[in-house]
This record gives sequence, C-alpha cells and structure tokens, in this order.
Amino acid sequence: MDKTQWKLLKEIADLEKTPQGAYNFRVDGQLDDRRTTEHIDIVSKTDKPGIDILVKPGTKNESVHIPVVLSQTGLHDVVYNDFYIGEGAEVDIVAGCGIHNSGCETSQHDGIHVFHIGKGAKVRYVERHYGEGPGTGENVLNPRTEVYLEEGASITMEMTQIRGVDSTVRDTVCVVGPGGECVINEKLLTDGAQRAESNMEIVLDGAEATGRVVSRSVAKGESVQLFRPCMTGKAKSFGHVQCDSIIMDRAKIKSVPAIDAQDLDAQLIHEAAIGRIAGDQILKLLTLGLTEEEAEEKILEGFLR
Amino acid sequence: MLEIKNLSYEVQGEEGCLGILRDISLTIPDGKLVVVTGPNGGGKTTLARAIMGLVTPTAGQILWNGQDVTALGITQRAKAGISYAFQQPARFKGLRIGDLLELAAGTVLRHDEQCQYLTRVGLCANDYIDREMDASLSGGEVKRVEIATVLARRAPLMIFDEPEAGIDLWSFSQLTRTFRALHQEGDATLIIISHQERIIDLADDIVLLSQGRIAAQGPRGEILPRLLTDSSAPVERSCYGKKEAEYRG
Repeated sequence: MDKTQWKLLKEIADLEKTPQGAYNFRVDGQLDDRRTTEHIDIVSKTDKPGIDILVKPGTKNESVHIPVVLSQTGLHDVVYNDFYIGEGAEVDIVAGCGIHNSGCETSQHDGIHVFHIGKGAKVRYVERHYGEGPGTGENVLNPRTEVYLEEGASITMEMTQIRGVDSTVRDTVCVVGPGGECVINEKLLTDGAQRAESNMEIVLDGAEATGRVVSRSVAKGESVQLFRPCMTGKAKSFGHVQCDSIIMDRAKIKSVPAIDAQDLDAQLIHEAAIGRIAGDQILKLLTLGLTEEEAEEKILEGFLR
Repeated sequence: MLEIKNLSYEVQGEEGCLGILRDISLTIPDGKLVVVTGPNGGGKTTLARAIMGLVTPTAGQILWNGQDVTALGITQRAKAGISYAFQQPARFKGLRIGDLLELAAGTVLRHDEQCQYLTRVGLCANDYIDREMDASLSGGEVKRVEIATVLARRAPLMIFDEPEAGIDLWSFSQLTRTFRALHQEGDATLIIISHQERIIDLADDIVLLSQGRIAAQGPRGEILPRLLTDSSAPVERSCYGKKEAEYRG
C-alpha cells in the first residue's frame, strides 16, 4: 500500500501498521494482505468477491481487521463478507472503508456483511466510513449489514461516518434470538450537498431479547439525512430506539422511527429529536472563554464522540 | 475591582417600559465576598448576567479592574477574568464532566486536579468525571458540576447564581465550606446571589436588590439584622408598577 492508502487506513481503522491478530486488507478491489490465526480463518469466496471469516467456538480476546481502501477513481467495488462466529467466542471485528477520489468519476464501495453469531458469543463490530480527495467524483458507500444472533448471543455495533462521503444508503438488519442483545451506536455527519439514508430493522425474535439503537447525527450545509429505524418485538422483549440530530445551516433531516409490537409482553420505546444546537450550551462555553466557533466545534465533537 | 455605574436594563412590554435594572451603582473591591439578595424578580440574575455579558444593559457602565467591559462580548469578558455559574445550567449530550472541567481550566487536567474540583462541590469524583453532562444527572448534580466548572476557571471574579438551589443538605455544607475557603484564600472576588442565611453569613457586604433598584447595601453586620427582622423588602413604584396600577384601574 502507498502513503495515501495507509492514511485512509489510519482514518478508518486507526492502523499505522499491520494489526495484531487476523486481518484482511482489500485495496482497490483486490486482496492486498491477509493473516489468519489458530482460531480465526479467512477464506476467499470462489463464486463472488468477498471472504468468509470463520471464528472457532470459544475463541477469546481476539480481533479481526477487514478494512477496505479505494484510491482508484471510478471503481465500483462490491464485496460480500460472511462471518461465522462459533459458540461462546468473544471477538472484536474492525471493518470500514476509506475512499480517496482524485478524479471526476464516482468511486463506490458496497459492503454486504452477514453475521451468523453462535450461542452465547459476543461480538463488537466497529465500522468507520470516510471519504476524501481533490477530485469532483462522488464518494459513495452503500453498506448492508445483516446479523443473526442465536440464543444468548450479542453484538455491539459502532457505525460511524464522519467525513467526505457524498452519498450513502445504509441498510442494517438484526434478528435477535432468545436472551440475545443487539446494541447499535450510529454516528453520522453530513455537509455540503451530501446525502445519507439509514434504514434499520431490528427484530426481537425470542424471549428476553434486547435491542438498543442510539443514532446521533449532525447535518450541515445543504445536506439531507433520512433515518428509518424500526424495532419489532415478536416475544417478551425490550427495545429502545433513540435518534438525536443536530440540524444546521440549510440542511434537512427526516427521522421516522417505528416500533412494532407483535407480542403482549414486548416493551418498545422510541424517541426522536431534531433541533439546532441549544443556545444555552453555546452561552455556557462562551463564559468559559471559548469563541462561538470553538464552542460549536466542541459541542459537535462531544455529540458525535 | 468591579465598578458598576448607573446600570439600567429596560425592556418594552405590552404595558410599556419595564425596568428590570434601574440605575444600579456598585463598587466591589478585590477579594470581597458580596452576597446579592432580595425578592424574586428583583433583578439579581439580570445584574449577574449583565456583568458576564449575557445581557446588554440599556444604560450605564461596567468596569473591571479599570477597563470598561460594557461593550465586550461574553468570550472577551471571560478572558478578562469574569466567570459565572448559571442558575439553570446547560446540559450537553456527549460532553463529559471531565471535558467541561478541562474546557473551563483551558488546559488538560490531571485526574487528581479534576477530583479536587468535584470534591469541593461534594461530588465523588470517580463516579462523575467520565459521565456525560446530560439529562441522566439530577438537578442538584448538574448544579454542582456547574459550580465546579467555575472553580476550575480560577478566574479573579466569580459570580454564583443561587448556587444552593436544588442541592441537598450535606452538599450544601460542603459548598459553604468551599465558598469560605475561596474567600479566605483571597485570590478572587466573589459575588453570590442567594437567599440562604448560611451563605449570607459568609458575606463581607450585602446588596439588597428589589424591583430593579438597590434597596440597601453595606457590611453584613449592618444589613443582615435588618433583613432578618424586616421581612418586607423595600418597594418602590416602577414604571411597570404604574402602568399595572393604571390598567387595573
């Protein structure tokens, strides 16, 4: 990988060198580098682009990094990654995509991730999306993430898109089995003429299943955001959806949270709020000696932390 | 030294002019602890906010250490050494208490320094530094964090707006000890808006504000006995009062 590609890697996965544990680097639509471990295997698919990540039952304290980097303008990269997490395993998965577009053509990455998480397994999934480059071509990222949690399995997903992505449509589906837990923390910032759409469908499909979605976003410039999180309770379960957005400039935000109870004992809550930065927050930081611009920056930084 | 000269703040209401502050003149020498007290709606908070720059007076001057700060913005006044603990503190989604203390201090703080500021307002630091300053905190907790941010600023002028509001008895004792200690250290001038006798007891001087005017001011020994025996605050007719009287016929 060249300097630009390493810089992208630093942005999306905080990597300055190859990480510990298993990893698979995909650069401009091709495998760049890979390492497997005794407990984690990574196998290229033969029928379509992508990989299978196989984590053995009982694997503890291991991580897998599978970042994707695009620096070739005009490339439309589609990749299918399937994760098979064995019973009782505890693993961190760091994904994400960084695009550097120096041309006038659209660069696009569509990552389709499917997780099969075995009984009692715990996964922490971190996905960062980032775009940059002097070109006029758009940076487009359309991820689709499907998660199937078996009994007592859990996943915490931290999905962040902070800068430089012109257009994104994010589809997330999670089916939670008995006693399972799905936690999604989504953070999104758009500016200029960027567009972002996030659709989520969490199905609580077993007794004592839990789902929590916290979505925070900031829309600046003339950007447009659309959120459609839906939590369905099909059993005695608990679900909470919270969408908070800060709107600035001439941006537009639409938030359509939905809760769908299909069982008497499904307890579902949704909250959604859109508003500008509260005046009392700015005033407080001014009294601490910050300028208005610094105050705004700190408030947004904290909000999207 | 803080000098307030003929300060007025009027707003136009439906009934005509409403004098929130009327011709206030006040001099507070360095290192003094002054308690501003008086009935609700008397102008105490407006006076404090005018000193911080949160309210723009319609007439008069505010001088801080000889510099006319009347036309300065909030940030500039903060940089000049004026600090203010809000009566109703802002809450922030995402910003942690430790972040706010560091923003207030203007520098990175060591863990023990953060602890020190929180302990001085009666909060167990380890439970709070990493907590967000959001709706999950009670009113009393938010209030104490607010005071801690002003302590962290170490500004030469500290204004506290009803610091006791919503604070439990134990924390209140801690707070009065903190104000007493700050006063004894002598590095800052303290203005505390309060109705609490135990805070008024700490004052060098007391200012009684009623209907936008200074109804009484002087050393604690002189003013406090009057406050305790005479519960009716001095009342003067305001332009609002006149209009209201006319309206009511």
